[in-house]
Amino acid sequence: MVPLSWYLLLSALLFAVGLYAVMARRNLIGMLMGLELMLNAINLTLIAFWRYLHPYNLGFQALVIFVLVVAASEAAVGLALILAVFRLRETEHVDELNLLRW
Amino acid sequence: MVTVQQVVFALFALMTVGGAVGVVAARKLFHAALWMILSFFGVAGLYILLEAPFFAALQLFIYIGGVAVLIVMAIMVTRGIMGPKEPVFTYAVGAAGTAFAFLVMLALFIVNVPAWMGSAPTGEVAPDGMRQLGRALVMPSAFLLPFEVASVLLLAVLVGALFIAREKE
Amino acid sequence: MTLDSMAWLILVPPVLSFWLIVLFFNRWKRLSHGIAIGAAFLSFLLAQGIVVAGLRMGGERLGEEPIHSLLPWLPTGTTVLSLGVWIDPLTVALLFFVSITVLAIFVYSVGYMHGDPKYSRFFAFISLFAFGMFGLVVADDLLMLFIFWEIMGLCSYLLIGFWYHKPSAYRAAVKAFLTTRIGDVFMLLGIAYLYSQTGTLSYDVLFRDHAVLHQLATTPSVIGGLSVAALAGLLLFAGTVGKSAQFPLHVWLPDAMEGPTPVSAMIHAATMVSAGVYLVIRAFPLLSVGLESAVGTPPMLAMGLIGAFTAFFAATIAVAQNDIKRVLAYSTISQLGYMIAALGVGAYVAAAFHLVAHAFFKALLFLGSGSVIVGMHHHQDMMEMGGLRKKMPITFWTFVAGGFALSGFPIITAGFWSKDEILAQAFHAAQSGSWLGWYVYLLLALGALLTAFYTMRQISLTFLGEPRSEHAEHAHETPWTMTVPLIVLAFFALTFGFVGVPEDFPLLGKLFGGNFFHHFVGATLMEEEAPLPLNWVPLTISIVFALGGLFLGWWIYGRKPLKAGERDPLERALGKLHTVLKNKYYVDEFYNWAFIQPTIRLGAWVYKWIDRGVIDGILHTAAAAAMASGRLFGWVDRVVINGGVDSAARGIGRMGDEGRRGLQTGLVQDYIFILAVFVILFVLVYFVRGAGL
Repeated sequence: MVPLSWYLLLSALLFAVGLYAVMARRNLIGMLMGLELMLNAINLTLIAFWRYLHPYNLGFQALVIFVLVVAASEAAVGLALILAVFRLRETEHVDELNLLRW
Repeated sequence: MVTVQQVVFALFALMTVGGAVGVVAARKLFHAALWMILSFFGVAGLYILLEAPFFAALQLFIYIGGVAVLIVMAIMVTRGIMGPKEPVFTYAVGAAGTAFAFLVMLALFIVNVPAWMGSAPTGEVAPDGMRQLGRALVMPSAFLLPFEVASVLLLAVLVGALFIAREKE
Repeated sequence: MTLDSMAWLILVPPVLSFWLIVLFFNRWKRLSHGIAIGAAFLSFLLAQGIVVAGLRMGGERLGEEPIHSLLPWLPTGTTVLSLGVWIDPLTVALLFFVSITVLAIFVYSVGYMHGDPKYSRFFAFISLFAFGMFGLVVADDLLMLFIFWEIMGLCSYLLIGFWYHKPSAYRAAVKAFLTTRIGDVFMLLGIAYLYSQTGTLSYDVLFRDHAVLHQLATTPSVIGGLSVAALAGLLLFAGTVGKSAQFPLHVWLPDAMEGPTPVSAMIHAATMVSAGVYLVIRAFPLLSVGLESAVGTPPMLAMGLIGAFTAFFAATIAVAQNDIKRVLAYSTISQLGYMIAALGVGAYVAAAFHLVAHAFFKALLFLGSGSVIVGMHHHQDMMEMGGLRKKMPITFWTFVAGGFALSGFPIITAGFWSKDEILAQAFHAAQSGSWLGWYVYLLLALGALLTAFYTMRQISLTFLGEPRSEHAEHAHETPWTMTVPLIVLAFFALTFGFVGVPEDFPLLGKLFGGNFFHHFVGATLMEEEAPLPLNWVPLTISIVFALGGLFLGWWIYGRKPLKAGERDPLERALGKLHTVLKNKYYVDEFYNWAFIQPTIRLGAWVYKWIDRGVIDGILHTAAAAAMASGRLFGWVDRVVINGGVDSAARGIGRMGDEGRRGLQTGLVQDYIFILAVFVILFVLVYFVRGAGL
């Protein structure tokens, strides 16, 4: 059998990689991809917990569904925004998107 | 003795993490997207392993069929497939360090909880879990409200995304 | 309407007239004099109403239970000072003559002040003055009396200096005020002393309560040898010395002739100086308590000495004066001396009697002189007059009436009865062994002789003979507003005396109902003094002196009236003495040398050394210090505070700049980075604390 901890460590790793992608990538779409990785890691964690600790609790499943929904929505909106920004600024380059700089 | 499950697990785990690493490592953005799709497949497989076939299906449909496709299309719109190469990474060291620290933190956390170190899953999954979940989503005493809210959210997203990305005349 | 409310009401019209004229009607002359005369008339009616009621009540009853009404006024700690009115026979007598003379003078003023640019102002001031006098007359305690005393002092200042453009006028006003002030200070001390000893100033207690009086008479005061009553009495008398122009504070009254003649009549003959006499009459119980020897208590001694001396002293000066008003001024001083001397020998009723009679004929004489002055186009030197008998007949005859009354012409003048009363009392005291009595009698009798003499001199110089100047040539009688009051006053000057005819005077005594005045006014005192039996000796002497003086005056001045430019025969007769008399014994010059010049020098010294040196020095130093500290604070402000604030601001700016600014990169990734770092930190902290999951 696979111990729960393996799943958890895996998702932790996945999350860390996604975090790195978000922080290190210069491209906006690249950042978004990292974000999706992180969300996947979260869902994985949830399912693992559900299966191993609370198989009869539907709450976990519901939560996972909703996380999924939100992730998808957020991806859609985010991409729409990126498109808008790109049209405006002709760049996806994060470094140049610093209007909020002091 | 290594069981079948463990092997299968290792396989899918490798797929997942490998894809993730590919996302961050790929030079070209398009390649990164493809690596991301691979990672999603791996997660789907893990779901099956975790006796959650429904969610595996969801993963395939929504993430791979929806989000990934969307990302690919966005990449194409914004720069073409093989756009000009640019430096890909920024702050690499700081970010790596932080992510690593994060990982270590989580790992430490995880290994310190005895309940999670156990080998076997407890209990059995209900056979009609699907039906129960379905019912739960529409029962007022259960998850009806989040369900409806989620619907509204999707509507908003639909309208919003259209609006944000519209062609300006 | 009750008597006491009438008494309160007397005060209202004059003060109302004053305020109305001052505030509103100053511009309208007719309205102003109308208001003033209307007010005087109202007060006259009210006063006479009280007089009639008082007469009907009878002296006995009024003396036993005076009308007394109180208004609480000023709470002071445990007691409450009250204002009140007090009506007893003495008050009635005062009200009688004050209201008549005031009204007469007000009417007279219309004619006299005609054409004066400050016409309305005059009526305003005399209204205020009437208010003061009425208030003083009806006052029920010494405090209220003092208040109205001071009001009249103020009015005399305002009215003497009425023509304030004339330096002599305003100097006279200041002199009057300051001189009476000296008396007032002592008076106030007396009042305060009484208050401290008894806790009250009410007439009811101070002058009628035997226990209180006895206690005051037996308690020794701060000055050895004097009882409280004696000391207080002397202090009060000092006020009278000032206000009634007795020696040595008499110097202001002659100079006060600078004021318009109605003012002289009112203030210096009929009313204000009478206030001084009224005070000592009112306070007589206090002044006479503890009568030990025939000589009298210390206050009575003082009064006798000063009064009689003043009477004689002033009469001598009057003989040598040429200004028609000056003669009358010194005459007033002299007559006031009579009244005071009368009190000195205990002649309470006689003093009051002479007070009333004198008011009538002296006012008459002043107004008459004013008429002469107006007729002479405002010239006052008698040496330039003459022959006015034909030009101003009404004035002449009324003046004669007044002059004879002053001289004590027998029987038909009030002055005879009143003056004779005093002389009789003095004679009686002398007979009883009092040396003071002899002193008073001799001086007063001689004074009477001189009085008659200078009066006849005045009449002769003014009215008899031929005009000695242009003005006398063209003199004419004055309008009815001036002559009618003269006639009215002459009537009283001639007839008033009959209320005081001694009972055992042959024929007339029975005719006039037995010395009504004596019984009426005498009832004011707790122990009525018995009227003296008629004594032919002083009576005869009085008649001889009066007629003799008049004759002498006529002999020198009237028989062969002086021609223009001729010198006064008296000058030759008296020689150097005449010069001394004419210069009033050089009293003013002495005061100037002894008191005024040193004070001025002291003032200059103080000014130079203390005011400029010390006080200004302190001020300059303070100012310099303030300036220096101002500069110091300015520096602190600029350098320290501003600098501190500026550098703090810069520091904060720098803090923002370096490092922190870098935080606001605008890059989301940086923010996520920080977010992640903090999450790790928090979780670590959580771990370290050993908290459970």
